[in-house]
Amino acid sequence: MEITLIGRPVVAGSAEGIALVSGQPLSFWGGLSPHTGEIIDRRHERSGAVVTGKVFVFPQGKGSSTASAVLMECINAGTAPAAIINRSVDPILALGAIVADEMYHRSVPVVVLSQEDFDLIQEGDHLVIEPDGRVRITKRDEVQSASISD
Amino acid sequence: MSVELSERDKQMLDGQHGQAARMAMSILVRMAEVYDATEMMDVSQAHIDGCSMLTDSGLEFAETLSALGGRVSVPTTLNVVPLDLQNWRALGVPEEFAGKALRLAKAYTDMGCIPTWTCAPYQGYLTPRFGQQIAWGESNAIAYANSVLGARTNRYGDYVDICAAIAGRVPRSGLHLKQNRRGQLLLRLADIEPAVLVDGAFYPAFGHFLGKLAPDKIPVIDGMPAGVTRDQLKALGAAAASSGAVALFHAVEVTPEAHTLEEAFQGDDPEQVVDVHLSDLVAAQSEMSTAEEGADLDAVVLGCPHFSYDEFDRLAQAIRSTGRSLHPDLRLIVLTSQASYALLQRSGLMAPIVDFGVEIVIDTCVFLSPILSSDARVIMTNSGKCAYYAPGELGVQVAFGSLRECVRSATEGAVCREEAPWK
Repeated sequence: MEITLIGRPVVAGSAEGIALVSGQPLSFWGGLSPHTGEIIDRRHERSGAVVTGKVFVFPQGKGSSTASAVLMECINAGTAPAAIINRSVDPILALGAIVADEMYHRSVPVVVLSQEDFDLIQEGDHLVIEPDGRVRITKRDEVQSASISD
Repeated sequence: MSVELSERDKQMLDGQHGQAARMAMSILVRMAEVYDATEMMDVSQAHIDGCSMLTDSGLEFAETLSALGGRVSVPTTLNVVPLDLQNWRALGVPEEFAGKALRLAKAYTDMGCIPTWTCAPYQGYLTPRFGQQIAWGESNAIAYANSVLGARTNRYGDYVDICAAIAGRVPRSGLHLKQNRRGQLLLRLADIEPAVLVDGAFYPAFGHFLGKLAPDKIPVIDGMPAGVTRDQLKALGAAAASSGAVALFHAVEVTPEAHTLEEAFQGDDPEQVVDVHLSDLVAAQSEMSTAEEGADLDAVVLGCPHFSYDEFDRLAQAIRSTGRSLHPDLRLIVLTSQASYALLQRSGLMAPIVDFGVEIVIDTCVFLSPILSSDARVIMTNSGKCAYYAPGELGVQVAFGSLRECVRSATEGAVCREEAPWK
């Protein structure tokens, strides 16, 4: 069964991917390697996870104002997440996606969901992001059974 | 919701003021939508963080704007550059890296930015005035400008900072507006002993606690001593803007928008009241360190954010009071600006500091320029910000301690702890 959530398209775009979910905020600078897409904040609960190609679901950015530069370099280097879903608008992350779009006509959609909707997404769910901010979820167990029957 | 533009804004967006201004305005208008702003406003000063980290895309962005004729329209200072511009060869920075860093520096100075090269622009040239509308990047500088100076800026990231400097405009939103600067959370220090409140390590530890407790709230601190120094407030803000996203804090009877508790909350009630306990600080301090007491040290790093002249004075005192020499296997690095260094050179503090073996690195930072050896495994710092980012960004273990502990550890070559009123 598919669930559709209505979010705010802070940076509009289409994307899909498997959810990488964290309940903790992250500073992209000092927290994410643009070379590898790895979460390198050693105090973060997902330290070591790689965001590349995933839909990265976490509450909000924090910390360094260089975070936008890291996101743009991730987009440039091909290590960026497929999309970002947050619980509140982080202008610095949005900025990284917007400047990359201006420079390279390539970006990462950023969607903000309500707390309630945000909590519905679980690690491993398959997510489709639409330009109008809709997020379609196929739950993890169904993703797995579909891939087995393939 | 769409943003209302002035005639000049529209001209910029149409390319009538050149292609760089068009690109800057285009990014600013898209950011206005992110901020839910309905109009734009003037800023009269900017501080650029986009010159700090060397990436291919960041260099391309700066050189593109510069080649398109980009020119700042308001006085604009520059954050650290990824190079000690005078001593990079002696510091072992590779030629290829340095070449790109110099191109990055040139792109920004060609656009008319002032080569201040510091992450502590508030302790040098062009310090903003109370109430001044500015567009600042660099998380610690943002926190300081808003909180300690009472200037008004949002958290501007790379690369909207240069866009704002070129256009002289930002979305009218967030912390530019008085009603959004109202305190939200009250933190009471009544249970903390006065002896703790004067300890240097208290401020970064408290900042770390604050950022984690309320990542994006405006905290109001009640009970901070009147004698708190600018360097202590700098350390608090830098730590809170690393563990969290704190862009503005008020301290009652200390910071300029908080003469009284009522003023800090603009007459409203706090959303939450938190009594800070000693155990919170002990926990924060413990969390800030990943290296154990006694661990062998490769380097001690001070000056994150950049050392002020007063901090050099305190360092000289700490060196004098140890009466010992620097351990031969360890580097003691102090990061600072050309402005603070110029004062140091004209003072009597230079000789004891240099004789002790302190390496003074100017214009840059260990996080952005390859200064530390890739073999370094353990470092120590008195900075909450440096302690927060070092494990991830430098791949080292870190010990956080007071300035005195850092200096003593530098003589021992290993992490040393001192008896302190709260440890």
